[in-house]
Amino acid sequence: MKKIMSGNEALAYGAYLAGIKVGAGYPGTPSTEVLENYSRYPGAYAEWSPNEKVAMDVGIGAALGGKRAMVTMKHVGLNVAADSLFTVSYTGTNGALIIINSDDPSMHSSQNEQDNRHYARASKVVMLEPADSEEAKRFVKVAVEISETFDTPVILRTTTRLSHSRCIVALEDEPADIVVEPAAYERNASKYVMVPMNARQRRLVVEERLKKLAEYAETTPINFIEPGGGDIGVIAAGVSYQYAKEVFPEATFLKLGMVYPLPKQLIRDLAGRVKQVVVVEELDPFIEEHVRLLGIPVKGREVFPGIAEFSQGRVRKHAAAAGLVPKVADPPAVQTPQLPVRPPMLCPGCAHRPVFYALQRLRVAVMGDIGCYTLGAAPPLGSMHSCICMGASIGNVHGVDRAKVKDRTAAVIGDSTFFHSGIAPLINLISNGGNSTVIVVDNRITAMTGHQPHPGTGWTLMGKEVPNVSIDALARAVGFKKVDVINPYDFKLVLDTIRDHTSSDEPSLIVSQYPCVLNIREKKPAPTVDLDACNECGTCLRIGCSPMTKVDGGVAIDPALCIGCGFCASVCPQSAIKVPS
Amino acid sequence: MKNKYDFLFAGVGGQGTILASDILSEVGMRSGYDVKKSEVHGMSQRGGAVESHVRWGEKVYSPLIEEGNTDFLLAFEMLEAARWPHFTAANTVALINRHQIFPPSVNLGQAKYPEENEIESILAGAGAKVVWVDGAAKALELGNAALGGVVLIGALSTYLDEPVEVWEKTIVELVPAKFKELNVQAFRAGRELMQK
Ligand code: SF4
Ligand code: SF4
Repeated sequence: MKKIMSGNEALAYGAYLAGIKVGAGYPGTPSTEVLENYSRYPGAYAEWSPNEKVAMDVGIGAALGGKRAMVTMKHVGLNVAADSLFTVSYTGTNGALIIINSDDPSMHSSQNEQDNRHYARASKVVMLEPADSEEAKRFVKVAVEISETFDTPVILRTTTRLSHSRCIVALEDEPADIVVEPAAYERNASKYVMVPMNARQRRLVVEERLKKLAEYAETTPINFIEPGGGDIGVIAAGVSYQYAKEVFPEATFLKLGMVYPLPKQLIRDLAGRVKQVVVVEELDPFIEEHVRLLGIPVKGREVFPGIAEFSQGRVRKHAAAAGLVPKVADPPAVQTPQLPVRPPMLCPGCAHRPVFYALQRLRVAVMGDIGCYTLGAAPPLGSMHSCICMGASIGNVHGVDRAKVKDRTAAVIGDSTFFHSGIAPLINLISNGGNSTVIVVDNRITAMTGHQPHPGTGWTLMGKEVPNVSIDALARAVGFKKVDVINPYDFKLVLDTIRDHTSSDEPSLIVSQYPCVLNIREKKPAPTVDLDACNECGTCLRIGCSPMTKVDGGVAIDPALCIGCGFCASVCPQSAIKVPS
Repeated sequence: MKNKYDFLFAGVGGQGTILASDILSEVGMRSGYDVKKSEVHGMSQRGGAVESHVRWGEKVYSPLIEEGNTDFLLAFEMLEAARWPHFTAANTVALINRHQIFPPSVNLGQAKYPEENEIESILAGAGAKVVWVDGAAKALELGNAALGGVVLIGALSTYLDEPVEVWEKTIVELVPAKFKELNVQAFRAGRELMQK
């Protein structure tokens, strides 16, 4: 039996087959679907944690409890969890700990393009990198074996292209149900309590382990040489291997399933068979530098670019320019037309739209954050003026306000992001005597990544009902006195409340609360436009709602896209937009 | 069995390109091909442009299509069709759904939406053969605007050798139970449009 699976679905399937019992993570594109799919397998416990460090700590706890555990997050998420990662590398894991971490070359939905292979080297843990969904499935099992054999966390790195591409995966027999009998907790303070005295001992163990892993890298079947003809030997891992196979069909390959530590002997072996070693890798010259340190001449970054993801076309073009493969005939010159761009936008009927439109009207300088509301920065709303990383907005606005700018200012942060890392800077704002305004655009869900629950939703990934944490009560508890909860579709109230808060000298917090319309699937009939009343002022088009189209003599609303929220009607100065009653 | 087919899907987030490309991938696998598929996720789902690559072959390595190698361009929206001349070539068939969704710059009068003949000449410049499909109108006729993609798949199926039963069985298995009938109707409507 076989099935077409995405890389993420295959990782989840692999986790199930490998007997992973606990999964924790924070949603982040492109990693999100791993945990969602895993949670549906029998015997799995999975949770969304409020941030990646918490998820990592939950995974570490499960592994210390003797189980096989998995933690998932996107590349920038590992920055948040790095504190725990660097130390669990010292303690080891007792059970198994697999960290599934997804890089995003080309930044399809990320704020930077970091190459997380460096984390493996910096934290001294193993990193595996599958090249397609079938390998993704198999490598989870390999990762668990390595983790248990070498008492080390293992990072399984994917990239967007692997996570979100699909290919055929062989289905396997159901795993024998591993019955989890509660066992006594292994008390071993010298291994697990990292006070300096113990940590210094473990530091040596880590070095020993790395040596053993480097030996293992020479013999593991996931690193192998594919003999070929010709003079060229290609080293590649992950999806780059697939591109390289199309560009260098004849070459001898060293296909690496393990990208840290790297095998010296295998690389020398390859070099001995060919005239020229070529490394095909996206982003940083990670493998290339290793090959260079062995004293082997190698072509890598001098041929292929270090920015953005590859494709076989891109690899071919650069390889041809360097004379490594025959030149491709130039494609016939095509007309390169000036076409209107189509940027992503807030969804039709999105409850964030009135808030951003109000912020624009009031000319507020907005320190923003990561989530679908970041699209409030896009024209025509254009009302977000910074966005650094998860949870940065509140610290940023406090900093801007300490720097005394003339503008009214506010931080805008989503609910899930608030729980992720907005609470500590909120406390900082109070405890350092700040007076900033924080607006939590609370759509009751983690919307950007596809509607995952968070501490404010009242239910878990596994569908269990739990208490929901109130953002306004939390703000009051840490010392905010000026707190308002508003319905964003009451546009006059939105304007008045934001004006009032941003001109006040007190620290203040607004919760703009309405569920994500895509999540509750609310759809009312679309408004109609009275073309006689419309004077074509264009006000409604400036809210940037995609169902609205400029037509002769006025504006039209596409009923297939509109969800009938009525916000456009509330901004029309001529009352030309009629909401069906 | 031909040794390879590369299908490029272009559309706007929310138009159902993912379902359509899933159907096509599944048909490929059931017909004995190795199949790879790649889609763009994330921000672009929110009303932005989306693309999806589907490849059938004896052995497929890359999940992406190489420029100038597309056998079929399936465009769910007219403007999105015009973005891909560099992927098309003399043997490309471009099936374009007659559906316009204006980006904000067009609404604000800062940019112009291309005319049908401009779109045609952009793609024909690369040698592609443009075939217009009234998928959006057909879908509305069937009572559900979301069916346009399956109409397009129906149109595409007339160019390929796979038996109709394989397509219909795949569709029935991939769409939610209560929309089975409608989707099969949309698929057949797409085939009929090509017969005319
Ligand atoms: S009612 Fe107006 S603002 Fe709301 S979704 Fe429809 S077009 Fe957009
Ligand atoms: S805001 Fe009202 S009057 Fe102005 S263009 Fe829109 S519908 Fe017409």
